[in-house]
Amino acid sequence: MLSKRVVACLDVRDGHLAKSVKFVNTKNIGDPVEKAREYYLDGLDELVFYDITASSDKRNIMLDVVEAVASQVFIPLSVGGGIRSVADATDLRLAGAEKINVNSAAVTRPNLINECSEAVGDQNIVLSMDVKRVEANAEQPSGFEIVINGGRTPTGRDALDWALEGEKRGAGELVVNSIDADGTRDGYDTVLTAMIAEAVRIPVIASGGAGLPEHLHEVLTQGKADAALVASMVHYGDYQVSGLKQYLHEQGLKIRMSW
Amino acid sequence: MTLILDYDAGNLGSVRRACAEVGLAAEFSCDPSAIVQAERIIFPGVGAAGSAMRSLRERGLDDALKAAIASGIPVLGICLGMQVSLDYSEENDTQTLGLLGGRVQRFKLNQPELKIPHMGWNEVRVTQAHPVLAGIEPGDEFYFVHGYYPNPTDVTHALAVTTYEGDFTCALGKANYIGTQFHPEKSGRVGLRLFENFARWDGVWNGSQISTQAQVDGNAQ
Repeated sequence: MLSKRVVACLDVRDGHLAKSVKFVNTKNIGDPVEKAREYYLDGLDELVFYDITASSDKRNIMLDVVEAVASQVFIPLSVGGGIRSVADATDLRLAGAEKINVNSAAVTRPNLINECSEAVGDQNIVLSMDVKRVEANAEQPSGFEIVINGGRTPTGRDALDWALEGEKRGAGELVVNSIDADGTRDGYDTVLTAMIAEAVRIPVIASGGAGLPEHLHEVLTQGKADAALVASMVHYGDYQVSGLKQYLHEQGLKIRMSW
Repeated sequence: MTLILDYDAGNLGSVRRACAEVGLAAEFSCDPSAIVQAERIIFPGVGAAGSAMRSLRERGLDDALKAAIASGIPVLGICLGMQVSLDYSEENDTQTLGLLGGRVQRFKLNQPELKIPHMGWNEVRVTQAHPVLAGIEPGDEFYFVHGYYPNPTDVTHALAVTTYEGDFTCALGKANYIGTQFHPEKSGRVGLRLFENFARWDGVWNGSQISTQAQVDGNAQ
């Protein structure tokens, strides 16, 4: 049986770590390579780097970061943020990324998912979606809407519909990030993750809102997620990856406990 | 010299980085003459069986690889690199290298909550001791990403099993050849240990004396 995964997400801006609160204010919290190595040695199952660098001339810094991390961290490494083309995806793969996360650019041009999954393989393409609650209506019958550009721009697109389209276009996995919960530490949106996980046949990584070990347990059981993504709760030292895994293991979940 | 067979199947950097981490200097090559001179070969792979076999044949790598294996040097196949060592793969209906007997089959799962590909961390249970698998303890998990699994004809070639819906063979070996379905290069410390073992292995293995757990029935799903 597969283990439930604990995934840590590191936001990187200009080669440095940043952690966002509701995607607006970002704080600088250190060196991504050092942090990645620390989590790896503490039992992390998978690592996600999200490039939030604004200026395009600094984007190549990310390739150096990925390369440095890949030579020290021997678990799957996933990279996203600003992927607009197959070339962006293959550059990151060559630098050492296992999985490529596509997000806003795929909403604008959905064929990006097909192109990337053909180029680097279905299982390596992750569709990362930022989702906001709305009142259910004709356009968004699920009551969840896709937003882009770090949560600032609503798209009118129904989240469930987009998840299904992403799967059909060749995404091998979904990251479902609740913009409402992101940075709050009040818990994941388990209604959202369960709705999507039950509708697709690809793994779902729940993201946004983790603040307590109980939140991870909740989203991996009621929320039907295959993996739980954590950020602030481990970045600031409130919890350790190994401690979270120990807790989930004690709650009876199948968790990788030797590393 | 250790050679990583580069036949255009994908991102092989992670295999080289894992080798470097355990002090095994390895170089990429797709040159048949380099392959027959190598001291040790790692045969990785991602992608699909059909295009991988086409690529191997076009470059004359299939015969070079068979010659290298016949010479007795240690060879490690990973994921697709392991799968093409059997006779046949259901993926793209492909005749493969036939280094050992058996077929590669698509998972057929009944439980709707189980997904294909089988992706993530899962336990590897060693059923036959092998120098390259030394140190794998009960409960140790490795990273998998695959939709097809190997089903060797001869159960004495099966070295380890993993359970998804049923049990499937996740490592197999014959003499100086060993292959894994999981990715040791993405499996943390236990994965690095496997590379370390491989770096030290002389290629000699005649079947284990001790068979610890029940053999796979060869018909996992």
